[in-house]
Amino acid sequence: MEKEKTTEKEIQNLNEVTVRFAGDSGDGMQLTGTQFSDTTALFGNDLGTLPDYPAEIRAPAGTLYGVSGFQVHFSSEDIHTPGDTPDVLVAMNPAALKINLKDLKPNGMIIANTDSFDMKNLKMAGYDSNPLEDGSLSNYKVFPVPITSLTSNALKESTLSTKEITRCKNFFALGLTYWLFNRPIEPTLEWIKDKFSKRPELVEANSTALKAGYYFGDSTEIFTTRYQVEPAHLPKGTYRNISGNEAIALGFVAASLKSNLPLFLGSYPITPASDILHYLSTYKNYGVKTFQAEDEIAGITAAIGAAYGGSLAITTTSGPGMALKTEAMGLAVMTELPVVIINIQRGGPSTGLPTKTEQADLFQAVFGRNGEAPIPVLATSTPSDCFYMAIEAARIAIKYMTPVILLSDGYIANGSEPWRLPKPEEIADIPVKFVKDKEGFAPYNRNEYLARPWAVPGTPGLEHRIGGLEKAHITGNVSYDPENHEFMVRLRARKVQNVQNDIPDLTVIGEQEGELLVLGWGGTYGAITEAVKKAQKDGLKVSQAHLKYLFPMPKNTKDVLKRFKKILIPELNLGQLATIIRAQFLVEPISLTKIKGLPFKTSEVYNKIKEIFGGNNGR
Amino acid sequence: MEDSIDVKEVKLTAKDFASDQDVRWCPGCGDYSILAQVQRTFPDIGVKKENIVWVSGIGCSSRFPYYMSTYGFHGIHGRAPAIATGLKVARPDLSVWVATGDGDLLSIGGNHFIHACRKNVDLKILLFNNRIYGLTKGQYSPTSEKGKITKSTPFGSVDYPFNPISLALGAEATFVARTIDREPKHMQEMIKRAAAHKGIAFIEVFQNCNIFNDGAYELLTDKETKADNVVILEHNKPLVFGKEGNKGIKLDGFKPVVVDLTDGKYSVNDLWVHDEHDESPARAFILSQFTEIPNMPTPIGVFRAIIKETYDAGVEDQIKRITEKKGKGDLKSLLYSGNTWEVN
Ligand SMILES: Cc1ncc(C[n+]2csc(CCOP(=O)(O)OP(=O)(O)O)c2C)c(N)n1
Ligand code: SF4
Repeated sequence: MEKEKTTEKEIQNLNEVTVRFAGDSGDGMQLTGTQFSDTTALFGNDLGTLPDYPAEIRAPAGTLYGVSGFQVHFSSEDIHTPGDTPDVLVAMNPAALKINLKDLKPNGMIIANTDSFDMKNLKMAGYDSNPLEDGSLSNYKVFPVPITSLTSNALKESTLSTKEITRCKNFFALGLTYWLFNRPIEPTLEWIKDKFSKRPELVEANSTALKAGYYFGDSTEIFTTRYQVEPAHLPKGTYRNISGNEAIALGFVAASLKSNLPLFLGSYPITPASDILHYLSTYKNYGVKTFQAEDEIAGITAAIGAAYGGSLAITTTSGPGMALKTEAMGLAVMTELPVVIINIQRGGPSTGLPTKTEQADLFQAVFGRNGEAPIPVLATSTPSDCFYMAIEAARIAIKYMTPVILLSDGYIANGSEPWRLPKPEEIADIPVKFVKDKEGFAPYNRNEYLARPWAVPGTPGLEHRIGGLEKAHITGNVSYDPENHEFMVRLRARKVQNVQNDIPDLTVIGEQEGELLVLGWGGTYGAITEAVKKAQKDGLKVSQAHLKYLFPMPKNTKDVLKRFKKILIPELNLGQLATIIRAQFLVEPISLTKIKGLPFKTSEVYNKIKEIFGGNNGR
Repeated sequence: MEDSIDVKEVKLTAKDFASDQDVRWCPGCGDYSILAQVQRTFPDIGVKKENIVWVSGIGCSSRFPYYMSTYGFHGIHGRAPAIATGLKVARPDLSVWVATGDGDLLSIGGNHFIHACRKNVDLKILLFNNRIYGLTKGQYSPTSEKGKITKSTPFGSVDYPFNPISLALGAEATFVARTIDREPKHMQEMIKRAAAHKGIAFIEVFQNCNIFNDGAYELLTDKETKADNVVILEHNKPLVFGKEGNKGIKLDGFKPVVVDLTDGKYSVNDLWVHDEHDESPARAFILSQFTEIPNMPTPIGVFRAIIKETYDAGVEDQIKRITEKKGKGDLKSLLYSGNTWEVN
């Protein structure tokens, strides 16, 4: 960049900014948002993202239900959420403005693509007059930019069709936003080069649009100020920007390398879990076998077959697919094989809200099987946490010879954050012992963890039969003996309960006892953390604890709960964790619930905390 | 596993393949014969006992793995082909066999069956077809004839049955055969052929359930009637049947016709010569449809046996190729790939 030129405008320093890109599903807003996030991460800010898109691939252009958005919150400080209320809204059309305006901060900035504010689009968005002209946006700083025509002008020389040229407008918008926040455009230029390497004319056009947007900021009169968010003071190390689903994929490959077991994924595509299948299918040179099955049942049963054969076997899905896998999970319980079932939760029930987030499969995970079929349930809390929880799920499955359920959700899956990369040697090995010795072998013998031996086909002398019928203790023969059944049911329950001995205690952030504990699980971690921090700054006696092990829960859970007068449980469901906590520990938590397909805003949790204290600061 | 050179390979016998569990099928059930023929042939299929796995679903037939002293996995209803596929893809070194029933494979498991065929997973599927639900005590099955009176269809079933051989051929199975519980020698031969085939091998076994559907195949097994009602398929041989080999089948276009070989009008030279290696499944399909035509004999034997890359080999091969190209992945390169940056 030409330095002198850019310094002509005033640069204002900010601690944090939230930008939302919004446009038509076909406008490439997800791509724009991702590029902006990646560049911002490379620049050194801490960040959180929230993609929000319709379930339809291409909803009719200009309609309210076709609006696709991507929010990025970036900061020079440690942050945990994609931000409650955007400071800046880039609105590519009237529908995008209409849908997103209610979230914008008072006095926030609107960059509107004036070209799309024509009669037709205004009408489709339900506007009687043009909001850019009728004064209705007087509470905001509106920057009208004819993005489409500026893009076309910049690409006058291009050989592309008019339609293709129009498509480049998201890069113009991105370039302009880069200028506004003083970000480099080089990483995106590189990305474009790579992405369209087979079509040089597209490399040319998109790069030109990006630069045109950037220079437009510089040369136009409408912007007088640029903003700067300094890099965050993050701990030393090497970082990369990571989404939850990518981190899960990496976590299982790491678990495979650390256990020396080949990784096998049996899966059937479903939003928002499919990306894990996509990522893992690129890791062929890590020996990863991905099996895109004919349905979810085949996905998990193939995984069970692979586990029987000695693989680290996993299956990925979302709620409706999890429902189909239920019977097979019972089979994995009975055959005591290590299989990890990953559920990236979405809005339900049934097909529900495929592209929106929810935390309503907790009951399904903990209870949703016939018979007494205990399965450890773990939940991830942030995108980078997915990496560690994947390894943890694999470790528990292998050590205890049990299926394990790992819960994540659409918000964590698609959201991203900078991740300080661990050194390979910091990740513990996962010990695996295949039995080889005939001496004393019985298929349902048990070790000190009550795990039965993993004897894989191909081992001479250990030929044995397992299956879904009740098994006699030790011998593993089919048994209908009533005494044996009760014994085995209790044994399996005890084995899973024992996992408690092997998981970290629940930690309390803030005072260790007192007025209020905010207890969370899963992807609400960020909003709860920021809300609690804010309340603590106000002087409220509030502490936080986050459950990553939902079944069994950490040993000290009861003890922690008893130390607080009140427990607040925010959840994106009708109070599933609250119900379990009440049943298990006989405490009466306060439930804060939200079922809108969207994550909590920090303010929603914060306001609830305030309300509980009733303004007397807990005293 | 390595072999010790000092120890001589001891030839196994049928007994070595019997587990210590009591076999609990009803006395007289056709399943016994299938178990016996498998145990008899397995010493000869050239696979070590520890490398054999039997996988099954749910049903009388699916208890099969418990009675074999190989590795065994008794799964859930209909899912055996999927469990077996996962095992075979994870462990291509194993010989994976599926024991299943007509309800198990073709009703609840229909989806998995066609996809295992389509993919040409190297599995051996033995369908114990008794045209009834045995374990759940006598409801009609997807292979029961229309109008079948059972507990769940007291006024006769209204739906049409599946033809398992047609279905397997339609799903592009590379080895398709049929045999009968009462024909031990023939069944043994089919089992050996399936074992030797690389790719999916599907054998339909007509199995008598003497409790709920006794005599379903009587015409094909009764000494008096079987010669006139069964035609044995042999590669490169004309389709001849009948007590004295007095009848043959010729093709009129797509239409099979039974001809008399004794009245001088036709000789064996006019007959349909069976070619199990025909790339096109069309003729095999016509053969499979004989059972739908009144008075046509029922073919047993190998309908189709062709060679095609297997799914499991394809998976292995791809991993090998990509690994050669990219180099074996390690943890460091996994974590530190993509756009990374340093914070000092
Ligand atoms: C999910 C499920 N649905 C239903 C059943 C009940 N069930 C067990 S075996 C069977 C049918 C078995 O028939 P077939 O496959 O023909 O086997 P056969 O018993 O005749 O050998 C059914 C419906 C079950 N075990 N699991
Ligand atoms: S019910 Fe029929 S199929 Fe089942 S064991 Fe008895 S005879 Fe055999």
